Amino acid sequence: MSNEKQGLRKIGTVPVFLTLVLLLVACVLPFVVSNYRTFQLTLVLVYAIALLGLNILTGYNGQISLGHGAFYAIGAYVAAMLMDQAGMPYWATIPIAGVVCLVVGFLFGLPALRLEGLYLALATFALAVSMPPILKAHFLEKWTGGVQGIVIVKPDPPAWLAAAGVKLNADQWLYYFVLAIALVLFVVGWNLISGRIGRALIAIRDHHTAAEAMGINTAIYKSLAFGVSAMYTGIAGALGAIAVQFVAPDSFTVFLSITFLVGIVVGGLASLSGALYGALFIQFVPNIADELSKAAPWAVFGVFLIAFVYLMPTGVAGALRVLLSRRRGGKLLQPKEAVP
Amino acid sequence: MEAVLLQVLAGLATGSIYASLALALVMIYQATHLVNFAQGEMAMFATYIAWSLVNAGMGYWPAFLLTVLIAFVLGVLIERVVIRPVENAPVLAVVVVFIGLLVILNSIAGWIFSYTIKSFPSPFPAALGIRYMSPHQVGALLVTLLVLALLYVFFRFTPLGLAMRAAAQNPVSSRLVGIRVGWMLALGWGLAAAVGAIAGMMVAPIVYLDPNMMAGILLYAFAAALLGGIDSPGGAVVGGLVVGVLENLLGAFVIGNELKLVVALVLIVGVLLVRPSGFFGSVQVSRV
Amino acid sequence: MNRTLFPVAALLAAALAFPAYAQKKYDPGASDTEIKIGNTNPYSGPASAYGAIGKSIAAYFRMLNERGGINGRKVRVISLDDGYSPPKTVELIRQLVEQEKVLCTHNTLGTATNTAIHKYMNAKKVPQLFVATGATKWNDPKGFHWTMGWQPNYQTEARIYAKHILQTKPNAKIAVLYQNDDYGKDYLKGFEDGLGAQAQKMIVAKASYEVSEPTVDSQILQLKSSGADVFFNITTPKFAAQAIRAAYDSGWKPTHYLNNVSNSVGSVLKPAGLEKAVGIITSAYVKDPTDKRWASDAGMKTWREFMAKYNPDGDTSDPFNVYGYTVAATLEQVLKQCGDTLTRENVMKQAASLKRFRVDTLLPGITISTSPNDYAPIEAMQLERFNGQQFELFGEVISNEQ
Repeated sequence: MSNEKQGLRKIGTVPVFLTLVLLLVACVLPFVVSNYRTFQLTLVLVYAIALLGLNILTGYNGQISLGHGAFYAIGAYVAAMLMDQAGMPYWATIPIAGVVCLVVGFLFGLPALRLEGLYLALATFALAVSMPPILKAHFLEKWTGGVQGIVIVKPDPPAWLAAAGVKLNADQWLYYFVLAIALVLFVVGWNLISGRIGRALIAIRDHHTAAEAMGINTAIYKSLAFGVSAMYTGIAGALGAIAVQFVAPDSFTVFLSITFLVGIVVGGLASLSGALYGALFIQFVPNIADELSKAAPWAVFGVFLIAFVYLMPTGVAGALRVLLSRRRGGKLLQPKEAVP
Repeated sequence: MEAVLLQVLAGLATGSIYASLALALVMIYQATHLVNFAQGEMAMFATYIAWSLVNAGMGYWPAFLLTVLIAFVLGVLIERVVIRPVENAPVLAVVVVFIGLLVILNSIAGWIFSYTIKSFPSPFPAALGIRYMSPHQVGALLVTLLVLALLYVFFRFTPLGLAMRAAAQNPVSSRLVGIRVGWMLALGWGLAAAVGAIAGMMVAPIVYLDPNMMAGILLYAFAAALLGGIDSPGGAVVGGLVVGVLENLLGAFVIGNELKLVVALVLIVGVLLVRPSGFFGSVQVSRV
Repeated sequence: MNRTLFPVAALLAAALAFPAYAQKKYDPGASDTEIKIGNTNPYSGPASAYGAIGKSIAAYFRMLNERGGINGRKVRVISLDDGYSPPKTVELIRQLVEQEKVLCTHNTLGTATNTAIHKYMNAKKVPQLFVATGATKWNDPKGFHWTMGWQPNYQTEARIYAKHILQTKPNAKIAVLYQNDDYGKDYLKGFEDGLGAQAQKMIVAKASYEVSEPTVDSQILQLKSSGADVFFNITTPKFAAQAIRAAYDSGWKPTHYLNNVSNSVGSVLKPAGLEKAVGIITSAYVKDPTDKRWASDAGMKTWREFMAKYNPDGDTSDPFNVYGYTVAATLEQVLKQCGDTLTRENVMKQAASLKRFRVDTLLPGITISTSPNDYAPIEAMQLERFNGQQFELFGEVISNEQ
């Protein structure tokens, strides 16, 4: 699977340049657009982190998950409970949410080792369906707030920033906060994927038995993929909770998990940038669908969904890859498909 | 003791609901090796067609047969028009198309028929009822078993059924022996839709007809199908009944209603860890 | 009027009218020609049934605009689909308040969704009027000046049943079926509070269900085997119909109390089987569109004409369409009272000074009253019993208005 590595190396100067431009735009945006748009973009970043997590598991490692909404929920609740009950500052809850989800994901990944394809789909689907009743359960009510959920306070920009003469409102601050974390997580993800670990994950996805024969400890790698994936999504959940300022069992239904799956497929499996495209899709397309039809917004959304898959079966990222290599006149890089 | 018996019988009744949709899932799996997440919504939509026919004055059984036929045609059409273009796309892309179908059917049903619940007639005579089960519950169970028997015969003994199985298991070789694989897939979709329509018409009198009728049931059916063995129709029925009874007993006597589903799912996944092919499924062997 | 006094009176009137004219004041969302109102509803997803409310509200204002609007201004309702998901509601409400700049929001639907925007609306000082949920927390004028409920709250209603049970059957053994969410738990709490010290003893069985469950048959069997002789049924329409049928079919014959949420004859009792629903006690505040009692009622006739003309896609057996119509009429009254002072403060002030306001789709005797210390517009309900054909009101209008 050295192909992938080469693929990444081959990126060359144009995409690097594009990435830098994109980054610059991302930094300037909050001063150009309204607070409300800034808030929406914050959500896009949050979803992008969650999708990146799911993509590590499903896109790169070939393990399907219909239950990542559950890890998102755990991250959100860990942050909300720590802020609400322990009075912890919001930024301190992020790493804790990440670690908790890492552990939960790893532990869930252990039995999941024995499950593949449909069976893993069922197990993760079950996880997603189980999350709301667990959050509501009366023996956890003291901490989770039961059916009522938890309302949390929106963080203000820190005092040192104002002291340094930088004036930001709460929305702008949160955006930069999330952007910074997203950048770190994307860089870490890129290193992970393009390194030895990434190659092992991809080898396991493409041929499990062969990878094992090559001496890759598939058990460790697969559970690790689960753990890291859950950690990403959990951090996203924590950030999402802080942005929305509210958690409730109703926020984390099975549809959230399905939305995530839709996001990585539409964005592009096994692609880092795909997470961003997917996030834009799941954030904005439902709004467009609603604008087009009040009578049956879901029908419009479904048509969009199917149309996207028809036009770009390997996701937006895959389509862009094809487009780019055509421009260059080079050989088509065959985007690899992820088979669960 | 009577309380236990009551819960078991009620569990069998709900279990037969899961079983009937699980059968449709197994059908589509037999034909395509995929699990169609839109199967429940297709069944729901077919049930609305039946409801409209009955409301237009048609007798129950003619409406029943006509609906099964319409569902079959719609299933074939969906395969030809919606699924065929993504034939060679990654599996997950196909799954997303299923999700697209699910939301479209759900939304359009709500738009056309509104979201208020509708009662759906039951064709079974009162004489069918036994002490603790209503006539419809007994009838639905019998119909599920009948469909199972028909499917068994179809796949075991008819050339068409055998060809369909062959096409799903080994498309390349099947093509070589002259089976039209593409049409076999379409037929599989049609049959699954027809079985789903029967499931919908058996379920609706119990849970009432509304656009979200099947949303909750899909998970149970999925679990039942895997528990029984995804390539075994008989297993799907047994799996459905087991899930129904298990859930009722857990809710009533063990863990309480709040967490009965969670515990039931943990148990099912636990069984699958030990026996990945389910009760009756065939063991999959993969080659390097 | 005395002729000599006439010019004086005219002058006086002009003098009175003039300041009012001069005081024409607007906040964002209001102008000489238009008033913008925001709303969120689930038009997609598992809770889409409620979407009927948003659609009938929009239809109501379409009708109103055709007839000239309110004080010469057209009302524009911007209703967005939140799919019943709190994070989405937060996003959309920010769109409505910050982007669309609505004057106020109206009848945003759902308890969790409204909780998610509760703080935001009050921080922004934008009226969050007549929310579509019966939770008790919306009546908190001191803590949340900018938020107001509309329908009778779940706890009050449950207390009415508890009181009735204590009066008529003090030795009752009660079984409760409830939906495991904020709505179900709110009812349960009100019910237990209403029974007071007796609650522990009288409630012999409780069973919950999740909305994702296909049936509640198992729960009904559990409750039946407790030997209870009173059944309090806290369920949404589909499950209510299932519970009524299952209880009857199992041979359980308790005194059956059904929550207001599901007391529609056409969309609950009829699917369950009218003969199986005989004797059910419930309470109501709006007229049921499928109840024969109101077949020739003038108010409902107007409503049916409205449905035919402005909401032709709507289901005329769906009580949500009456709900939407009635709550829209309440907002119309508030905006009328605002006159030309369309500021958010005044909207809140007028919403808090409704005096025995009536819409003809409300049950006889039910009126809408509010005050700066009372943010619960409808607090009265009346008990009724099903006779196999229709509900019969009994007892008096029970009001919590203090």
